[in-house]
Amino acid sequence: MKPFTYERAASPAEAAAAAARMPGAKFIAGGTNLLDLMKLQIEAPAHLIDVNGLALDRIEPTPEGGLRVGALVRNTDLAADERIRRDYGVLSRALLAGASGQLRNKATTAGNLLQRTRCPYFYDTDQPCNKRQPGSGCAAIGGFSRQLAVIGHSEACIATHPSDMAVAMRALDAAVETVKPDGTARSIPIAEFHRLPGDTPQIETVLEQGELITAVVLPPPSGGRHFYRKVRDRASYAFALVSVAAVVQRDGTGRVALGGVAHKPWRVEAAEAELPRGASPAMQAILADARPTRENAFKVTLAERALSAVLAEARG
Amino acid sequence: MSKVSFSVNGEVRDLELDTRTTLLDALREHLHLTGTKKGCDHGQCGACTVIVDGRRINACLSLAVMHEGDAITTVEGLGSPENLHPMQAAFIKHDGFQCGYCTPGQICSSVAVLEEIKAGIPSHVTADLTAASQVTPEEIRERMSGNICRCGAYSNILDAITEVAERQA
Repeated sequence: MKPFTYERAASPAEAAAAAARMPGAKFIAGGTNLLDLMKLQIEAPAHLIDVNGLALDRIEPTPEGGLRVGALVRNTDLAADERIRRDYGVLSRALLAGASGQLRNKATTAGNLLQRTRCPYFYDTDQPCNKRQPGSGCAAIGGFSRQLAVIGHSEACIATHPSDMAVAMRALDAAVETVKPDGTARSIPIAEFHRLPGDTPQIETVLEQGELITAVVLPPPSGGRHFYRKVRDRASYAFALVSVAAVVQRDGTGRVALGGVAHKPWRVEAAEAELPRGASPAMQAILADARPTRENAFKVTLAERALSAVLAEARG
Repeated sequence: MSKVSFSVNGEVRDLELDTRTTLLDALREHLHLTGTKKGCDHGQCGACTVIVDGRRINACLSLAVMHEGDAITTVEGLGSPENLHPMQAAFIKHDGFQCGYCTPGQICSSVAVLEEIKAGIPSHVTADLTAASQVTPEEIRERMSGNICRCGAYSNILDAITEVAERQA
């Protein structure tokens, strides 16, 4: 690990201001992804701002009838919350499908959104990677791409976003609340929060320098049956090859977001009109622009079959 | 360098550490509590599992300076050779290890797993999210998936945890 200085933040606004003031500063909360990357020197912050002391660890009702999830709520606590289990089952299921018990005890809601890709070429510092070292090239294109993106990728990057939680939040139409270094707050729809790689794959979200996530807001419960179906190489503790987050209503309408296929949770609202007609037309519409590699073309078929299984369960 | 104070197995420890020191290295290299093991050092194997304020975490993926005021329990704090924790005794009885390197992490993790089930925390294999969690082999296997045993003692580890769970019930 490269040396760094360390401070404990006193308030969200002060944390944001400090991060904007200090070049190379990063926030740290659970640290499960950041410290891993610091050990590999893929991340080398000069200064860490520990935000754990900020009182952002509660789940509170909103006036609209939804829930405001504090940025520091641990993945275990969010998954286990009675309101989440009852009204937002897809989110609880997605969280429990991710990582291990030890990691979920540490990992936070905001940190989960900000975790970096697990593309093997991003992790291998001997390889070119436009995300790790902008302009160096992409070894994943034409390389071992089985795990990587099939849609929304670019000539610069075919990495996927690894989160399960974010996929459920995309299906739920969550919003990310932040505070900027000047003290102003804003709310970002989750659909706009993560970016596609384009020619700047190193920029993964719309957050500005120093901007701190304070909460994720869930809209009022939508009802319906909730599913998170994750397909992976092991039965537990592995990243998704493909995952399907779905909320399906009694009349067959619903919402679907996919994980493991793109640089962000993938949802095409217009395609959801096809859901009552079945998984095949719906997935053809969701992945209409897919450009898989030879190694990951199976993901297109797998996504359709995973959705088919979800819809069968919803009917059953 | 940065100062930090936390309790380990009930004893308050004051340390002055390079900020880069992980909780795992603080325990092993500075406090000489070598029961907690360094396996992968990247949160993938679970050999470094310790219990912090009642919750199991990977000590390798946590900075020591971030544990100001915390209560940390390592395998040394669970039991001793003369006074074994029931989980340690059950691992011995069921031959829940071969080389033993992953065992302290397995034991800390399994003690915490039974507490998580008691606290009603669901898992990936819990069929009904709104019902109480049960102690079943499927639940234990899923919840222990963050602890790898290269010798493959999994079935005996499962037997040991099941016996302790049944005795507690």
